[in-house]
Amino acid sequence: MTTALYRRRRWVNRVGLGLSAASMAVGLAALAWILWTLFASGLSALSWEFFTASTPAPGSEGGGLANAIVGSLMMVGVTTLVSTPIGILAGIHLAEFGRHSKFGAVTRFVTDVMLSAPSIVIGLFVYAVAVATVRQFSGWAGSLALCLIAIPVVVRTTENMLNLVPGSLREAAFALGMPRWRVSLSVTLRAVRGGVVTGVLLAVARIVGETAPLLFTALSNQFFSTDMARPMANLPVVIYQFAMSPYENWQKLAWGGAALIALVVLAINVVTRVAFRDRAGAR
Amino acid sequence: MNPTADAVEAPVVRVKNLNFFYGKFQGLKNVNLDLAQRQVTAFIGPSGCGKSTLLRTFNRMYDLYPGQRAEGEILFNGQNILAPSQDVNLLRARIGMVFQKPTPFPMTIYENVAFGVRLYESLSRAAMDERVQWALQRAALWDEVKDKLGQSGLSLSGGQQQRLCIARMVAVRPEVLLFDEPTSALDPISTAKIEELIAELKADYTIGIVTHNMQQAARISDFTAYMYLGELIEFGRTEEIFIKPKKRATEDYITGRFG
Repeated sequence: MTTALYRRRRWVNRVGLGLSAASMAVGLAALAWILWTLFASGLSALSWEFFTASTPAPGSEGGGLANAIVGSLMMVGVTTLVSTPIGILAGIHLAEFGRHSKFGAVTRFVTDVMLSAPSIVIGLFVYAVAVATVRQFSGWAGSLALCLIAIPVVVRTTENMLNLVPGSLREAAFALGMPRWRVSLSVTLRAVRGGVVTGVLLAVARIVGETAPLLFTALSNQFFSTDMARPMANLPVVIYQFAMSPYENWQKLAWGGAALIALVVLAINVVTRVAFRDRAGAR
Repeated sequence: MNPTADAVEAPVVRVKNLNFFYGKFQGLKNVNLDLAQRQVTAFIGPSGCGKSTLLRTFNRMYDLYPGQRAEGEILFNGQNILAPSQDVNLLRARIGMVFQKPTPFPMTIYENVAFGVRLYESLSRAAMDERVQWALQRAALWDEVKDKLGQSGLSLSGGQQQRLCIARMVAVRPEVLLFDEPTSALDPISTAKIEELIAELKADYTIGIVTHNMQQAARISDFTAYMYLGELIEFGRTEEIFIKPKKRATEDYITGRFG
């Protein structure tokens, strides 16, 4: 009887393992397929000209994505500079000050809603408040939309990381007579700094490829421009426009841009994973 | 009815009619006792008896948690520290605490010790170096770490980390040292070192220690308080409590017939 039961258990175990391996294979295969297609068509587009020339006019030969790359860098840069302090401070508030407060609970709920809000809704919202009102598409409006996407990510990762800090460490700091703000900044935040930086980088990875929020805000610009108050070229929107175009060199550039974004996101993920492998949240 | 020790001399901390509540649950019931100056007072009793709760009222650690409150009086050098006007940060600088698990801060060994000092004193570099060395020596850790003060406090062994926490506490120059089961996460050798250390620190500080280890209480304390279900059952000189306790419940617990 025992052996029959044991044999059955072993069989169930094998089926379970097989099923989970199969699901993993399906997921990985999809990723591999996407990357393969992307790099097969995109990597060949990454030439010197790709990084130095601006987007070509319709019908003209060659061209690159320099204006879109610089535009994306600027908008993502501004977004990172703005959303990192706001997100981290809000995360600290939620984890250290507002754990039991009504205000904290409401903030947490709103942040969760923002996390899952469709990005096109955020794009339209910013269009309504920051573009339609001043009748001007701009890089600033684009950054604003990206901030609304990045901040909730930073807030929640910061809060989750801080919640991993054992209460005993917090108490030990208080036991020295440390005021609460000091405990938060010098002890608990410091204990999870790796995890918090990871959160920021993942937020960057998230917004680098966002198209919808920029479509209605930064629009695009076929010329090279570093003026954040004007429409600004950016990789996702250029990819979107060029991929739909009838010109072969435009389509090629779209593939190149897509490959570039994928590489950047991949690099950010790999770097955060390797750099903070042992330190993120560990204590 | 509360047992009282036969006149604790020169009490630094006097607990009077202390009641403690976790929301509606009463964690301490009308506790009265004194911590004698430069003596070790041990708190023993089964889990959940309120000994840690009592210890955590001395530095108002419970203030961190909404819903927890204390009623009654705790006089520290004659002043009621439960009064709302009491500045808790200043109080905690004068009544230090070490916890069950070692809790080094995520910074260098030097910074771990200097950090608390900086909150209250602005010392010159040389004076700070001196204070850090002094504190580490008091915690019997100096010889082991003097060549690696720049390393992370987390790189030390468990027992060393606990002594680092003691150094950190002593560095702020408190009057009272509280130990909440300081050795329950340590191996026997580290435990012995901490116990020796407490015996040495007794010369300069008033010490309160919560322990689950009866032998430890017998070895290192001058006074012992036996608690059960939030009540102070018996309090007195450690020899008396361990050799001829006045109450049957205390004797049962100490001899291992219960608990």
